[in-house]
Amino acid sequence: MSNLLVATNVSKRYGDYTALNNLSLEIPKGSVFGLLGPNGAGKTTFIRIINQITYPDQGEVLLNGERLQPKHIAKIGYMPEERGLYKSMKVGEQALYLAQLKGLSKKEAKERLQFWFDKLEIGGWWSKKIQELSKGMAQKIQFVVTVLHEPELLIFDEPFSGFDPINANIIKDEILELKKNGATIIFSTHRMESVEELCDEIALINKSNKILDGKLIDIKRQFKNNVYEVALEAENFGSLKEEISSKYLVSEAEFKTLGNELKMNIQLEESHSPNELLSFLTQKAPVTHFKEVIPSANDIFIKAVKSYNQ
Amino acid sequence: MKQLKLIIKREYLNKIRNKSFIVMTFLSPLIFIGLISLVAYLSRVNNDDKQIVTVLDQTGRYANQFEDFDSFTFQYLNTSQQFESAKTAVEEQEGYGLLFIPNLPENQLKSKITFYAEDSPSIDLLRYLSKKIEDKTFEDNLKESGVNLSQISETSSNIDIRVENFSGEESSKIAGVLKLVFGGAAGYFLMMFIIIYGNMIMRSVIEEKTNRIIEIIISSVKPIQLMMGKIIGTSLAGITQFVVWLFLGSVLFFTVSIIFHVDLGSVDTPQKAMLENSGAMEAMVQTGFAEIANLPLATLIISFLIYFIGGYLLYSSIYVSIGAAVDSETDTQQFMMPVIMMLMLGVYVGFFTVINNPHGTVATVFSFIPFTSPIVMLMRIPFGVPLWQIILSMVILYITFTGVVWLAAKIYRVGILMYGKKPSYKELYKWLKY
Repeated sequence: MSNLLVATNVSKRYGDYTALNNLSLEIPKGSVFGLLGPNGAGKTTFIRIINQITYPDQGEVLLNGERLQPKHIAKIGYMPEERGLYKSMKVGEQALYLAQLKGLSKKEAKERLQFWFDKLEIGGWWSKKIQELSKGMAQKIQFVVTVLHEPELLIFDEPFSGFDPINANIIKDEILELKKNGATIIFSTHRMESVEELCDEIALINKSNKILDGKLIDIKRQFKNNVYEVALEAENFGSLKEEISSKYLVSEAEFKTLGNELKMNIQLEESHSPNELLSFLTQKAPVTHFKEVIPSANDIFIKAVKSYNQ
Repeated sequence: MKQLKLIIKREYLNKIRNKSFIVMTFLSPLIFIGLISLVAYLSRVNNDDKQIVTVLDQTGRYANQFEDFDSFTFQYLNTSQQFESAKTAVEEQEGYGLLFIPNLPENQLKSKITFYAEDSPSIDLLRYLSKKIEDKTFEDNLKESGVNLSQISETSSNIDIRVENFSGEESSKIAGVLKLVFGGAAGYFLMMFIIIYGNMIMRSVIEEKTNRIIEIIISSVKPIQLMMGKIIGTSLAGITQFVVWLFLGSVLFFTVSIIFHVDLGSVDTPQKAMLENSGAMEAMVQTGFAEIANLPLATLIISFLIYFIGGYLLYSSIYVSIGAAVDSETDTQQFMMPVIMMLMLGVYVGFFTVINNPHGTVATVFSFIPFTSPIVMLMRIPFGVPLWQIILSMVILYITFTGVVWLAAKIYRVGILMYGKKPSYKELYKWLKY
């Protein structure tokens, strides 16, 4: 799979403040790429550079192998975190205006708007003013305007803020459908559960520097530390626990099972295989639960940022 | 280019569809004409209300000297009537006042003539009375010393000094006034236009920031395009409004003066009335028209357009960058001050120095400084300014304009994406280097 977007050693400074420091990224075509990081890490700066709102002081960004140029603007759809619409303008007029600014002809824009308005069941809003709509409704219009010119690259900055769970789901499904149709999506958020659901690849930016990137699965593999959750049916919790901890590193665990079992996390050393552990356990007591602990995106985020800050 | 057109179109339509804009466009001329008609009407009613001034002239020398004047008519009492009874009579009759000339020889009369009135009398009336009495006394004295009056009026001559410039073009005092009116109106108009529509642009920039739509738009177009689109779109809306005002204003003015037979020109000084009587008014109107034709009209119009565009764009780009720098209109004060001061300086320097000496040092210097030159130079041009000065001043204006737009675009680009704090001048300076 080739890369749609490649950033090489991108730096951006505002006066004495470094917003981005030597950032290099590769975003594969057709992927959903999670751009993660704490507030003020430099995500928005990077996104603005891709949108040619600001320009890097150093480094370059290639889109489809070409340096970013004004013509690329039509190939990018951007839904910023700070977003809004003209309050006193009618929905239809406004959507047409924004679509035409992206280079669509009026006729084309109208047809596509019709399609999207029908799809999201918002056709009746055409001649309403934005100030008459709720925040969630306005967000839907914003989403339509972002995707209307069928861009190759879509950038969503906190796309789900302002949506209720039902509408958030609708938008999530639309994003996945766009991906299926070949779009590449950059997805910037703090909501880690949606990262798990949507992202193929992630990059973690902290204090202007990239501290982590790659396929989400690879990163999870990298962050797992051979911990297994086990639950055992036993008469005497204390003696069993003692017996196991004499051989393995054991810690408290919290997960739900149906019965009243002895639960623990067991840390395996590199030399041991999970099968060895399992056969050891089965000799001692019936095993009702045996699962490798996979670090969540949330855990990885916190762990990586904390260790970087130290 | 296509995007710039789209932006201009949106800004223009958005402005002229705005309800308060429409109301202002159609209501302002109505209010304006209404006020003028009201003032004209009231002053006529005021004049119609005849006021009677009673004259008790015990000397008998000043009888029938006073003619009806403004709203005053004169009634003369018998010379033999006593002062006290005259006073009571006037009081009872509720007359305007009583002019009492006691029976004294002329040389003692000087400070003895008294005007009695309930309220303090009109200054115009007093001036008129004393002038008439002085004239009559003067004439009587001349007669007494045996001077033939008709001889005097024959020998006296009216001298009218003609004014010509060295290339032989005639001009007059009226021309001076006219030139001042032309230049002043142009300069003042420019200032008003800048303030009204500069503010409008600034507000629409702030609106885009508070609506948070700005980032969506500048991910499609360059900030400079958006900025220029806003400036041009708003000025077109402004010009539309002014044209409507001009048109509606003149139509209304015309209709009102026909329907109500109110001579709207009558809101004026008594001097005008006196001129009218002597036929001098007609002559003045004629020379006035001749002088208008004599003005360098082509130069005036062309330079007005050039200065209007240059000056307006210069200031509106400053207004735009102010709008971009702040979050709300209340934060604009500190940045607006210098802008308004510069405009005021232009107008005041124009009005005070150009009147005295259109080609003096101060007027000349300020007609080169780009922030005042559109106003000051426009005021000077009717008086005849060497072409090289006009061209130099325009070149300076347009070079500055380019520079300011460049700086404003930088502030705009950074400012529109800054939320939540009011920047200082120092920070604005830093933005220029981003």
